[in-house]
Amino acid sequence: MKYRYANWQEYSKEIADDHYYYARSCIRQNFFPGSEKAFLDILRNDLGMDIVEDPRHTTCTGIGYHSDVVPLDTTMAIVARQFSLMTECGYENYVASCITSFGIYSEVLDMWHHFPELEEKARENLFKATGREFRKPKILVHTSDLMFHVRNKIAEKSVRRLVNVTTGEPLKVVDHIGCHYAKVFPKKGIGGAEFPYVLAGMVEAWGGQSVDYPERRHCCGFGFRNYLVQANRGYSVANSQKKLESMAPYNPDFIVANCPGCAMFLDRWQFTLNAMTGSHYAIPVLTYEEMAGLVLGIDPWDLGLQMHQVPVEPLLDKLGVEYDPSAKYLGKNGKFIGRPLTPADYTSARL
Amino acid sequence: MDFGFTINAPRAIYLDKIDPTLRDRIIARERTTLLCIGCGSCTATCTAGQFTPFSLRKVQHLIRRGEYAAAKEAVQNCMMCGKCRMTCPRGVNTRAVVHTLLQEL
Repeated sequence: MKYRYANWQEYSKEIADDHYYYARSCIRQNFFPGSEKAFLDILRNDLGMDIVEDPRHTTCTGIGYHSDVVPLDTTMAIVARQFSLMTECGYENYVASCITSFGIYSEVLDMWHHFPELEEKARENLFKATGREFRKPKILVHTSDLMFHVRNKIAEKSVRRLVNVTTGEPLKVVDHIGCHYAKVFPKKGIGGAEFPYVLAGMVEAWGGQSVDYPERRHCCGFGFRNYLVQANRGYSVANSQKKLESMAPYNPDFIVANCPGCAMFLDRWQFTLNAMTGSHYAIPVLTYEEMAGLVLGIDPWDLGLQMHQVPVEPLLDKLGVEYDPSAKYLGKNGKFIGRPLTPADYTSARL
Repeated sequence: MDFGFTINAPRAIYLDKIDPTLRDRIIARERTTLLCIGCGSCTATCTAGQFTPFSLRKVQHLIRRGEYAAAKEAVQNCMMCGKCRMTCPRGVNTRAVVHTLLQEL
């Protein structure tokens, strides 16, 4: 079997056009809830696709699995349960909203492929615990794969392009691909780990300019063990610093990431680094759905852009997006959701 | 501002440039050291590790990376109780590994 390829096109995967079972992400539901809503709204309402969401589905156990608190058997049983929900709903294509989940599902399916006895055991455990049975998904994709697949349809419906309305220049976009998307199984990621194209393809289709900065393939610093324990966070923030130092000379207009943890940490650690080192990083970080939402003309506060630590207003101004500054921190029914502190206000007494 | 952690300094280890002589001699004397998968069971059960920063898992890594001075300092903390040998899932003769290290380093 060939493991290395010469260009991104050779790292391709089968992506079904329609009919998906959707599994949410623990992190995204909490930190970027607007992104998951935008994904469903865009694909269902704008593109008329059939995506089913089942409230019974649970975590994939990814965070617990990678933190060594959930054993493999449990992970497999829970993955089996997710697949049984998909089977019950009558679907064969599975789209995971989270990179960690995508990695977990890919890993479990690969283990079942190589060790059928593990699959038998998972089936037995699931049946004994819940009485459920399942079929494995025919197609397993990440939500960014699906957005990449429909990028040209989104471009057709777009109301603006990723262009600076003042200068007419395309926006410079630096992308970051989640490690568990393409580094665990390179063949399962568009462009693999060496030629990350899943986000660059969207950026190019929507008029932006993708910047291939030196540390593009470096870890963002998320890594569960690196941040769960406070003493290890120095390693996490050091990785983010390396990334940000590498991309800053290109004056990027924004960062786009396809992994929940990467989008969160590249965003939050800018604040931390500024507070720790006196640096002045302020590069907005978007998810690919937020990028698509802006291109399609969705209100930035409906997209949940106020959930980001780094203010997005400079980017919105460049894109020519009209927004109501007073509505930024108003949630559903006009309820004030609170505003983040600026680093100058950030003192341990106020924590 | 104090967040309770600092930014780790980057460092690079060039495996092509380390002197493998000592590492290879240790491996030749105690072949089971090659079985280590770095799971850390030895460290988890280590009594000395409860009171000092000693970690046999870390020592294994240091040897493989050619960082002999740090390994030599660390291995002095071992009390030779042998609990790590009982818990090792790979059957590494950890006590013999420590003996070898004490003699070779």
